Amino acid sequence: MKKIKTIFDNIGLPRLIIGLFFVGLVITSLVLGFDAGPLFSDVLRRWLMYGILVLAMIPGVQSGIGLNFGISLGISAGLLGAVLSMEISYLGNWAEKFGAGSAWLTLLLALTIGIVLAGIVGTLYGLLLNRVKGSEMTVSTYVGFSVIAFMNIVWLSFTFKNGELSWPLQGKGLRNTASLAGSFGGILSNPDVVKNTQPAWLHWLAFRVGGVTIPLGLILVFALCCFIVWLFFRSKLGIAMSAAGENQLFTRSSGINVDRKRIQGTAFSTILGAVGIIMYAQTYGFLQLYNAPLMMGFAAVASILIGGASVMRAKISHVLIGALLFQGILVTALPVVNEVIEIGTLPEVLRIIISNGIILYALSKTKGGNQ
Amino acid sequence: MENQYLLSMNNISKQYSGNRVLKNVNLQVKPGEIHALVGENGAGKSTLMNILFGMPVIFSTGGFDGNIQIDGQDINIDSPNKAMAAGIGMVHQEFMLIPEFNVTENIKIGREIGETTALSKVFGDLLEVMNWKKMSADARAALDNIGMDIEEYAKVAGMPIGYKQFVEIAREIDKTGIKLLVFDEPTAVLTEGEAERLLEIMRLITQKGISIIFITHRLAEIMTVADSMTILRDGEFVARKEVKETNLIEIAQLMIGRKVEKLVDDNHMGERDLSDERIALELRDYYVEMPGERVRGMNIKVREGEIFGFGGLAGQGKIGIANGIMGLYDTSGEVIVHGKNLDLTKLGEALRNKIAFVSEDRRGVGLLLGESIERNIIFSAMQVNEEFLNNIFGLKILDKAKAEKHTRDMIKLLDIRCTGPNQASGSLSGGNQQKVCLARALTMNPKILIVSEPTRGIDIGAKKLVLEYLAKINREQGTTIIMISSELVELRSLCDRIAIVSEGKVFSIMTPDAPDAAYGLAMAGVREEVLA
Repeated sequence: MKKIKTIFDNIGLPRLIIGLFFVGLVITSLVLGFDAGPLFSDVLRRWLMYGILVLAMIPGVQSGIGLNFGISLGISAGLLGAVLSMEISYLGNWAEKFGAGSAWLTLLLALTIGIVLAGIVGTLYGLLLNRVKGSEMTVSTYVGFSVIAFMNIVWLSFTFKNGELSWPLQGKGLRNTASLAGSFGGILSNPDVVKNTQPAWLHWLAFRVGGVTIPLGLILVFALCCFIVWLFFRSKLGIAMSAAGENQLFTRSSGINVDRKRIQGTAFSTILGAVGIIMYAQTYGFLQLYNAPLMMGFAAVASILIGGASVMRAKISHVLIGALLFQGILVTALPVVNEVIEIGTLPEVLRIIISNGIILYALSKTKGGNQ
Repeated sequence: MENQYLLSMNNISKQYSGNRVLKNVNLQVKPGEIHALVGENGAGKSTLMNILFGMPVIFSTGGFDGNIQIDGQDINIDSPNKAMAAGIGMVHQEFMLIPEFNVTENIKIGREIGETTALSKVFGDLLEVMNWKKMSADARAALDNIGMDIEEYAKVAGMPIGYKQFVEIAREIDKTGIKLLVFDEPTAVLTEGEAERLLEIMRLITQKGISIIFITHRLAEIMTVADSMTILRDGEFVARKEVKETNLIEIAQLMIGRKVEKLVDDNHMGERDLSDERIALELRDYYVEMPGERVRGMNIKVREGEIFGFGGLAGQGKIGIANGIMGLYDTSGEVIVHGKNLDLTKLGEALRNKIAFVSEDRRGVGLLLGESIERNIIFSAMQVNEEFLNNIFGLKILDKAKAEKHTRDMIKLLDIRCTGPNQASGSLSGGNQQKVCLARALTMNPKILIVSEPTRGIDIGAKKLVLEYLAKINREQGTTIIMISSELVELRSLCDRIAIVSEGKVFSIMTPDAPDAAYGLAMAGVREEVLA
């Protein structure tokens, strides 16, 4: 009995409820006669697709800035990296020069530009957050919103030659949604894309087993990112960063500049956000500009909170569990609810209720100040 | 005879979770006298006053034993309101005044005089109109009573501290039926002139038949103003004395008087070679801006291999010394370690010069409560000395095996009671947490170890172990130890020399076997030559 209680305590009530809800949805959808293969493929795909964005929460939480609602900064940097890289690849005629390799080069260049930009804006953002200690999460929410508004102007003002990116009629400004089909869309996760565009020796990147799609390439990238974060928080810098997030006085008394660790944590979080959105776009097959990333930060925050993280502490297991539960529910709830209640927007409403409800719940559980 | 005392508290005992803080304490105050309550920090003065005021902290922790009589009548004070109704008032050390209100408003707050209006007849007293005339007159009267000529309509904000204190006193006096006023260290924040003024006012108040309980550490003030006194020590009643019949030295002796048990065998003393030539740490004109524990111009030399103690009352600055050296607060002046002048504006400078620190604030500064024992113990050594790290492709990654082995060694060495190196330090008991803090400092391999309040809040067994271990590393590894403690007994059982800190400066440096009276006087800031 005691053991059961400990297990129960470890899981926690919210995770238990959401977990049961998820299992219930899966069972219901199978009972309703949905095909298991596409359903699981979808859950897996969405889980990995959002995974890195959720992972980006960890450095923020650990370094003491709390949940990084301003992840839109990183997302914008990543998107900027992606569009710049696509334009460069178009101008340089990479598709002809490098054939199948051009998709990889474009992806790599997108990541490079995204990471560099995210590193720079993340540092500046960290400087800002050090000036608003105590209300980081409020400020970061507004930073997140403002940067999207700012980027709207930026997207509009770009004049790109790449027809995939610019508005077809105007030749000025970028599209709302740009297809990545001719570029790096799906090269790590879509079996059809991999089969059609990549040489045979790369066909293991994505394949089907039974009815289930296994995006092995994406799994590896996500695993690599998790490993990097895990390793980082076992390094001297990472350990100092977590200490700074947990107890500023303790960290200072060990001769560590807390403010600097917070900046580094914020920058790291922003960089992961940039990588996250590029991998997201890669899986999705489209680049979504303008207001599309507006609420992505909230989804990431909700996911890691469902996973069991707090405003003070977060672990990789929280990311894995949280992203799975959150995305799993969305994927399964949509068709199930559509089947049961035939009202157009209900699944979307449900999604909003779940994500915002979880954020509210988790924030109400946090203790003020330094524990 | 029966009604000789206005207040008498008889056989008061109180324990906090099994820890006895008061044992059969008696306190008697005659009508119209100034009665001083004396004792070191932690002697039980505050607890006794909390009982007198019926503070919730007393009743939420199981109440107290003994009885309280006012005017010879038993009285049950179980809430501050009852204390007030019984005519007991308090002048707080920290002012309970609203800065943006004027003097009258502050004096009459909560006891405003109202006039009924049409609205108040319907909606109740809260909508009454204030009778400013009456209130001002009352405030004026109260101020006149204590001989203050400040305007009753002046705002409190921006007044000198002394004036605020007087407003606070006026407020207490204005309460009708006040019989007994408690002054809790009222002179601690005042300038010398203001303090004298306050003592005069206290006499004025008693002339009106109000009794005063006067809590202070300044023994000289007691001698000038008080009629009688009660001395407490370690929660026990020591004596009730008439001021006329005693002297400073006797009081000091009664306050401190305790048997000092040497923890370290004197025979070992000779083996160490302490010399004034080799100085481990020197402070020159050293200032620390630590709120509540300011250091104001300290000069001291600590010899290599010595155990040096800093004692003194809370708030006098002894805590600030170490926190300044570790760079936690702004400092000025010179800190010289083994002949090298430290630049304390650089974070971690002291650590890099082989000084380790065990903070007095265990849970706030000393530990990462959510992290494992292992992480806590190796943290500083890893960050400062780059130990317990593997270099993997230029990345410094934690060497888990080495860290765990070291932690296990430390757990064994210091007898840390835990489930293993991975237990969170926040779930340990106070004594074991302290051992973890000590282990972290020792892992740094320090040449100078500064321990601040090493035994605060830990049980006797752990206390002894910690102190013995400090002595051991001093003797075996030659580590210079600087110990800062509020417990004189502890300092005297371990240290070679003890500096008593008063008002941010070293008041005097004494040997552990100096007489009790000398310690008592030094703590109270009284120079012996003054007495002669």
